[in-house]
Amino acid sequence: MQLIACPWCGPREEIEFSYGGQAHVAYPEHPASLTDEQWAHFVFFRDNPKGPFAERWSHSAGCRRWFTAVRDTRTHRFVSPPEMTS
Amino acid sequence: MTAGTTAPKPPGADLPEHPDHLWRDAEPRRAYDVVVVGGGGHGLATAHYLAKNHGITNVAVLEKGWLAGGNMARNTTLIRSNYLWDESAGIYEHALKLWEGLEEDLDYPILFSQRGVLNLAHTEQDVRDSVRRVEANKLNGIDAEWLGPDEVAKVCPIVNVSSDIRYPVQGATFQPRAGIAKHDYVAWGFARRASEASIDIIQDCEVTGFVTDADRVTGVRTTRGTIAAGTVALCAAGHTSTLLDMLGVRAPLQSHPLQALVSELLEPVHPTIVMSNAVHVYVSQAHKGELVMGAGVDSYNGYGQRGAFHVIERQMAAAVELFPVFARAHLLRSWAGIVDVTPDASPIVGHTPYENVFLNCGWGTGGFKATPGLGWAFADTVAHGRPHPLVAPFGLDRFVTGALVDEHGAAAVAH
Amino acid sequence: MSRVDGYGRIDRSRTVTVTVDGTAYTGHPGDTVASVLLAHDARPQNTSVKYGRPRGIGAAWTEDPVGLVQVEEPFPEPMLLAATVEATDGLVVRGVNGQGRLAEVPDTARYDRRHTHCDVLVVGAGPAGLVAARTAARAGRSVVLVDDRPTAGGTLTGTETIDGRPSLEFVADTVAELAALGVVHLQRTTAFGHYDDGFVLALERRGDCVIEMGPRTRQRVHRIRAGRVVVAAGAIERPVVVEDNDRPGVMLAASARDLLHRHGVLAGREVVVFTSDDAAYAAATDLADAGARVRVLDARERAPQAGRRRCEDRGIPVETGTLVHGTRGEDRVTAALVGALTSSERREVPCDLLLVSGGWNPAAHLASHVGGSLAYDPVIGAFRPGELPPDVAVVGAANGTFALADILREAGGPDAPVAPPEEWPEPTLVLWRTPGDPTRQFVDVARDATVADVERAVGAGMTHPEHVKRYTTIGTAHDQGKTSGIIALGILAELTGRPIQEVGTTTARPPYTPVAFAALAGRERGDLFDPVRTTALHAWHVAAGAEFEDVGQWQRARHYPQAGEDMTAAVLRECAAVRTSVGIMDASTLGKIDVRGPDAPVLLDRLYTNLMSSLKVGRVRYGVMCGNDGMVFDDGTVLRLAEDRYLVTTTTGNAAAVLDWMEEWLQTEWPDLRVRLTSVTEQWSIAAVAGPRSRDVIGTVFADVDVSNEAFGFMTWQDTSLDGVPVRLARISFSGELAFEVTVSSWYAPALWERLVEAGAPHGITPYGTETMHVLRAEKGYPIIGQDTDGTVSPHDLGMAWAVSKKKDDFVGKRSYARPENRNPLRKQLVSLLPTDGATRLPEGSQIVAHCDDGRLPPAPVPMLGHVTSSYHSAALARPFALALVKGGRERLGEVVHVPVGDELVAARIGESVLVDPEGARRDG
Repeated sequence: MQLIACPWCGPREEIEFSYGGQAHVAYPEHPASLTDEQWAHFVFFRDNPKGPFAERWSHSAGCRRWFTAVRDTRTHRFVSPPEMTS
Repeated sequence: MTAGTTAPKPPGADLPEHPDHLWRDAEPRRAYDVVVVGGGGHGLATAHYLAKNHGITNVAVLEKGWLAGGNMARNTTLIRSNYLWDESAGIYEHALKLWEGLEEDLDYPILFSQRGVLNLAHTEQDVRDSVRRVEANKLNGIDAEWLGPDEVAKVCPIVNVSSDIRYPVQGATFQPRAGIAKHDYVAWGFARRASEASIDIIQDCEVTGFVTDADRVTGVRTTRGTIAAGTVALCAAGHTSTLLDMLGVRAPLQSHPLQALVSELLEPVHPTIVMSNAVHVYVSQAHKGELVMGAGVDSYNGYGQRGAFHVIERQMAAAVELFPVFARAHLLRSWAGIVDVTPDASPIVGHTPYENVFLNCGWGTGGFKATPGLGWAFADTVAHGRPHPLVAPFGLDRFVTGALVDEHGAAAVAH
Repeated sequence: MSRVDGYGRIDRSRTVTVTVDGTAYTGHPGDTVASVLLAHDARPQNTSVKYGRPRGIGAAWTEDPVGLVQVEEPFPEPMLLAATVEATDGLVVRGVNGQGRLAEVPDTARYDRRHTHCDVLVVGAGPAGLVAARTAARAGRSVVLVDDRPTAGGTLTGTETIDGRPSLEFVADTVAELAALGVVHLQRTTAFGHYDDGFVLALERRGDCVIEMGPRTRQRVHRIRAGRVVVAAGAIERPVVVEDNDRPGVMLAASARDLLHRHGVLAGREVVVFTSDDAAYAAATDLADAGARVRVLDARERAPQAGRRRCEDRGIPVETGTLVHGTRGEDRVTAALVGALTSSERREVPCDLLLVSGGWNPAAHLASHVGGSLAYDPVIGAFRPGELPPDVAVVGAANGTFALADILREAGGPDAPVAPPEEWPEPTLVLWRTPGDPTRQFVDVARDATVADVERAVGAGMTHPEHVKRYTTIGTAHDQGKTSGIIALGILAELTGRPIQEVGTTTARPPYTPVAFAALAGRERGDLFDPVRTTALHAWHVAAGAEFEDVGQWQRARHYPQAGEDMTAAVLRECAAVRTSVGIMDASTLGKIDVRGPDAPVLLDRLYTNLMSSLKVGRVRYGVMCGNDGMVFDDGTVLRLAEDRYLVTTTTGNAAAVLDWMEEWLQTEWPDLRVRLTSVTEQWSIAAVAGPRSRDVIGTVFADVDVSNEAFGFMTWQDTSLDGVPVRLARISFSGELAFEVTVSSWYAPALWERLVEAGAPHGITPYGTETMHVLRAEKGYPIIGQDTDGTVSPHDLGMAWAVSKKKDDFVGKRSYARPENRNPLRKQLVSLLPTDGATRLPEGSQIVAHCDDGRLPPAPVPMLGHVTSSYHSAALARPFALALVKGGRERLGEVVHVPVGDELVAARIGESVLVDPEGARRDG
């Protein structure tokens, strides 16, 4: 049960947030031009590192803004302050 | 054994004695025909069936910590096969049939107790989904019944079937052959048989890399030296992604904490297993008398083997809501495993881009119950170099073709 | 009686009666069940879990591995330690033979939670904790201090000196100062779990009493978020394992001292103190002062000078280099088996109490919960805290600092009070066990696990502590190995010839002591288990006799049975009313999202499968949303309110998910789009007025609106007002009938509803519920997302290719339609199923198999073609019908299949999904 530092609201209880998985996975510019395999990788495949992981979070029971943050999946602790960028 | 034994033994005290010898703690040799990475239930079962069914004994099982110390030591020991889709029903029912003969096969008292599982329905849609699953189970030859609330109360009198709870019980599916087993004993039973078959069980041996030659892996680098391998079988559950990263192979896996807990020892109150997805609880009463309960999966990725407490609190609320008599049972210990979940809540078993590396992962919350079935089919897969038909539907390629086996969307029953 | 005058912090002016195993015992407020029993030289009738051997009281607090009782009155509670159950009048308990018993009736006591934030949380109000709390509070920090015992002071007995005064005076003064400084100080409150970022859970035991105002909260979980956590939880005395050490009358030395000073109870008259540590000398002298005959046997070659002198002053014999090897006795200890370290000779020393002390184990569990490491310290023979997470400190005995003077200094720094230094201490001899028969040396008394069991585990190939624990079950009982864990490690190290630090340790996990399920559930029970959402019209539905169903958190009226009607009859009546006259339904639970901004059309075009940018202001369009996987996720109508504004409706259950989904795309993928999303589900209520007479009803209530088909066409909306209240009318139909949705602010919904019902009265307007709505839409082949779909169904599978735009380059999900599996001709498709007997209603969820020509199912496994998703009796068709997802369904139209229902096979014919008014003639009235 962590405190998560929402970049807009400050530290709040973990239960106020929703997890959005790996960050920086952009929607493909031209899905139609992708192979089935490339498309499957976009839809289903995400990194799963044991260590620092750039993730998306949403302060869903608060300001409802999305943000990204780096967290260490071994300790569950945030290793860099969340960024306001979407 | 100890002097002064006069009073009658209380119920639940009769845990069986363990054998005097379990397994040989082996030193790694230079090369093996098969290297199984992961000394949990799946790795050990695979080793056992490699020896038993295929006569392959030049095998090493590599365990990075203590044997069966991952999810095998941390699960809630539920065994059932009442899955919706044919593909899932196939592998889990095969496993259940093996469970039914496993005590003899392993010559080990694994305390397999077929006490049935109730999967409760709380909404109209739960009822539809339940009937759908029961009917599918029956047509697949799996024992399954739909029970109304009164019949639920007959099977498990402590379930609150009154209509004045927040989400009243509308009924339940019932699989009488479902059960529980003692997880450590199962692992040790497999380990003992594998060890007897002169398979090397190597603990404290973490894989740090792979030696590759084009599309083959020729060896496994470990904290205890490099080991040459004819075939590599990956059985590393929540740690699979780390191994695949070393191989440059991607798989749609996410590792999450999954928490569980036990109460103190209690007189028998709970004769079966009850699961409720809508209210998020699953509970059984183990042999010694403790209530064993699982919580929902924690939301974020984590390898820390611990979860957030609000998940446990919610779990307790659900437990007391459904089982009012549990109010003053005590939470004695909680812990967490690392479950590797896939987008369709079904496992990934089969080929990798390396022709002699086989993958087994993504069992999420279903790994324990599949143990013998997976070991049996995965050993066959490794022995013949192609997926056994029971695991063939679970290949990595399904995410490309779209032929998912969507057990969370449709069946609404994970765990 | 073993009560000693002049000792104890009990209220001797009052008595309480406690019944244990059927015998009534008197005690005093301030007693525990254990102290009451010991005051009467009694014990609970416990027998051990495996061998059925008698068990007594082994310690004075939570570390006791044996003294379990089952509470029967005032309310059954299993497996509590007699040493921790406060003696209250009328309490009834009994001994436990391995298993506790749960009550057969629900617990009506109240449990709740309180959230607290503070700069510093101090766990433990012993000398270390009090001083740490005082230091922090004096520095202006907001402080919470929790302690699990009834009173502050920890193990201080009053015999110590702090700042030149008796220690209990120091405790009282400090407690008063903390109160004056505004410290939140909770006794009877156990910090049982420590999680990230200073989050600590503490259970406050508030008693079973009922006050006049109603039930008082029996237990409260404090959820404390602290900037800094100071663990000052003390230490747990470590026994030495000897033969038959499970016998009643074997106790930890400090516990006997605690019982004397806290409760005025002398746990024995003839006392043997067996120690390898200095602390037990204080127990020896205190018990002697209270009247016991005491003998000290010290395993070490040298006794501590001061301790020896104090013993000599009292005539207490002290033998060094001497071991206790075992005990003698039947139901309790009658003698200790004693021998010199260097000799194999044994002699029996009569006693009724054997106190053992092998040193102390720091209680640093709370630091371990949150990832603090432990390091073995061979000097104290125990693990002490190593690396700690940020903002966690461990002080005092919990940190392995055992001398009072050192504890105070460590906890208080420059501000610390002072105590006299220890006089010439002797180092602790780390001793796990004495020589003896391993089958009778109990490592975990609670689990009946012996040294022999550890030997067997090692012999079986086990070397890791976790394996030994699981093989022997040591450390798995109610006490979670508080005293046995380290000894098991020590013996394992000996047996495997490794240093203990290489053997490793098992991990401390929450909770520190057991916590009742109900305490953790708190108030989240019954109606508070999950919020109940009701619409603004709920009271009307209740008054109208509606039966409700749960849809997500919402309660929706399912049908309105009249006298003598079951659901089938009520639904048939309601359906007939809608098809022949007019009905009215509360559709307020539909999710509603206000989508606003110049780029709103772009966003919706990307999220819906069909085009929304081409929708004209004033018009309505049905839309489908898919996930990236191309499977239907939600559907609903979209109203274009203005060039830059839409109102999107969603299914009831998916409202939050759809808003989240839209926000996620908008914020994370297309932040350049100028769009704002707002949930307006609760703000607007919707009455659906449906049926051929709906136009009359709407025209009557809204006389200034031209409701003719020409002026108010299908799938258009108009704003109007009623008595100055804005109302939106929309020609939307989910039944195929002429229909209007009437939207109004939820404040005015009941009044509007009444007006509609009043206007409809001449036409027999009939309220209808969700079940009727489901039948009416199914007759038209309209799917319900989540009932006729399951996350594996594409729009094409639903026969909704018409709702999938071919004009748009892309939208979410489009690419997935091109995957091989989406082109599989055997995909399941939505069709209707008509039982050929015209009478059987197929149960929803039924599986469908190929027609069995011999009328019997083939042996399992039987291939399945699909399943029944919806099934009803139809008033319009005068027969039952169903919707089903069937493999290659649209290629099978007209085919007869079988549906197993119970032991029967019901034949059914596959048909088009639209069964009523396929040409759509009714929608315009």
